[in-house]
Amino acid sequence: MKLLLKGGRLIDPVTKRDEVVDIQITDGRIDRIAPSISAPQGYKSIDLKGKVVAPGLIDMHVHLREPGYEHKETIETGCASAAEGGFTAVCCMPNTNPAIDDESVARYVREKGKSVCNGLVDVYPIGAATKGRKGEELAPMAELAEAGAVGFSDDGAPIAHAGIMRRALEYSSMYGVPVIQHAEEPELTQAGCMNEGKTATRLGMPGIPPIAEELMVTRDIIMLRYIPRARYHVAHISTQGALDAVRAAKAEGLNITCEVAPHHFALTEEVVTSFDTNTKMNPPLRTREDAAALKAGLKDGTIDVIATDHAPHTIDEKEVEYTQAPFGIVGLETCVGICLTELVAKGVLTLMQLIEKLSTRPRAILSLPPIIIKVGELANLTIIDPDIEWTVDKELLKSKSKNTPFHGMQLKGKAIGIFNHGSSNLT
Amino acid sequence: MKLKSRHLLGLDGVTKEEITLILDTAASFREVLDRPIKKVPPLQGKTVVNLFFESSTRTRISFELAERRLSADVVNFASAGSSTSKGETLKDTARNIEAMKIDMVVIRHSAPGSAQFLTRVLDSNIINAGDGWHEHPTQGLLDMYTLREKFGTLEGLRVCILGDITHSRVARSNIFGLTTMGAHVSICGPSTLIPRDLEHLGVKVYHRLDDVIQEVDAFNVLRIQLERQKSGLFPSLREYHRFFGLTKEKIARAGKPITIMHPGPINRDVELSADLADSEHSVILQQVTNGVAVRMAVLYLLGTTN
Repeated sequence: MKLLLKGGRLIDPVTKRDEVVDIQITDGRIDRIAPSISAPQGYKSIDLKGKVVAPGLIDMHVHLREPGYEHKETIETGCASAAEGGFTAVCCMPNTNPAIDDESVARYVREKGKSVCNGLVDVYPIGAATKGRKGEELAPMAELAEAGAVGFSDDGAPIAHAGIMRRALEYSSMYGVPVIQHAEEPELTQAGCMNEGKTATRLGMPGIPPIAEELMVTRDIIMLRYIPRARYHVAHISTQGALDAVRAAKAEGLNITCEVAPHHFALTEEVVTSFDTNTKMNPPLRTREDAAALKAGLKDGTIDVIATDHAPHTIDEKEVEYTQAPFGIVGLETCVGICLTELVAKGVLTLMQLIEKLSTRPRAILSLPPIIIKVGELANLTIIDPDIEWTVDKELLKSKSKNTPFHGMQLKGKAIGIFNHGSSNLT
Repeated sequence: MKLKSRHLLGLDGVTKEEITLILDTAASFREVLDRPIKKVPPLQGKTVVNLFFESSTRTRISFELAERRLSADVVNFASAGSSTSKGETLKDTARNIEAMKIDMVVIRHSAPGSAQFLTRVLDSNIINAGDGWHEHPTQGLLDMYTLREKFGTLEGLRVCILGDITHSRVARSNIFGLTTMGAHVSICGPSTLIPRDLEHLGVKVYHRLDDVIQEVDAFNVLRIQLERQKSGLFPSLREYHRFFGLTKEKIARAGKPITIMHPGPINRDVELSADLADSEHSVILQQVTNGVAVRMAVLYLLGTTN
């Protein structure tokens, strides 16, 4: 592979670089970066005028479903979806079957990731925090970390028992690996299937109160204050209350970070009025006030990361009564478009800040090495067209599942290709 | 005038003109019910399937009578022993039944939105006969019919819905319908059984019967279910009856007659005292009779304007 990327706008949060350059790549390695390079013989020149060249994006919250639920997604289709969405890396949540709660499953997921899609997408397992994700006994965290787990979580379910959470924070702190909490007090959520409040009241739907999230985050912050060496990350934060708690904890200097999923700032509970089960996810879509607060949290830096909570389910699983439908939507292929449309175009984030939240920050939280864009380094890049206008079509998704609430939505901007480990899908 | 939708999924969003049309149409069918021969021909040749995934006596019989009195062919489906219990999905069950060439489906189901779900997978007209806690539009309509019959108009009428609002589709359909028709709707019940932000639906919320009793023309008393007590939503039936149960003594404090409605089945001496249920102020049996006429009107308006 001998390529010359011409005239792209390189935006690199690591070096704070933002300039138009040409980049020459030989066999996957960057061997020249300069304002203007004329293509040497045998090099294919790609015109990237008006496009953005960014360090490879990572989605730290993905359900790849393999092993166990290959009818929804496989590591291969999940990686294809990630590559299409502009991600050179994903983290695989441990709610597989068996759960990623021992080293054999963690290694399986990692190795399988290397063998699919020409290795375009790095797959990093998140280990279960407790055995079988049952919330009762600690999973073998040291063994999991050695096998490549970059975080611990029972995602899909909270680490609900205070005693177990305390030990999880203490034990994981030995290895500097963050505990990623799906923050939900189960006593308060019960059979709820959408945000509790105005719309649920109108629809007669059992509610999930915002305080279920806020209460769990607040409890965990109190623990973190007691165990300050631990690292704690709130997955898919969705409420103003929980966000305010994180902001205060950060001001206090605690080791706390958090992520938001695009649907939580792009959509609100009102869309549930359609009873379309693609509006059902956990945490649920919240109010306009919450969505506005999440955008403010992205802007002021309280929210470190944007992650999709990509959760594939088949049409048959989703095409049932709302209360019966499983939680979750796919997100890998719509993320960049939604972020550009909802955040960058509306002045919430600059492109530089967006790329930080999709690449630099999550990598730092997971202790993954930063992506260095300089001569001699392997190219790990995402190319973004910030101006292309397109309409989301679920039938065109590379994911095995089509459960997206964004079908038919018009977006401006998308990822058009990635480079990683000597491969590229840029056409 | 016609209804805007070819389905009746709820009263949320149905206009005053449409509700008036249904109630006026029901009035002419109500007259049919007093004839010696109670059958009219408009749905001749149409097939209606009653899909009941939850047990029901009154509503199912009422719909079936309404369908038969309009000369429709009627098929009943109850979930016990059906394909659903063998693990078939609602979509498959409904599509299989529709494949047998039917025209209308009346559905009762425990999941909110299930009637709307059917509109996406079937071509038939869909009538919601109760979807979870969401809506029970024909009950709302028959309650309004009964009130209009008694008071002449719904405009300015003061109606209190009493009891477990959170889990009540009857409450929601009444709230949507009555507020649209210009009635003043108040809600009374224990705070643990009143859903959050209910005021946004245009109602006033009370927690003491004495505060509301002076200010109403009619009560719509809801059935309290024992399992709500078991899940910790109120302390005991005894306490519920004492503070939220409607009795002759409490009504007497108003110093004027108050009309009593109940969608049934009644827990006598829990939410409503037996003597009050059987008193001259009770219109509970008129509700049941009117229910047939209202359902005839809905079936007629939807079934003849395709």
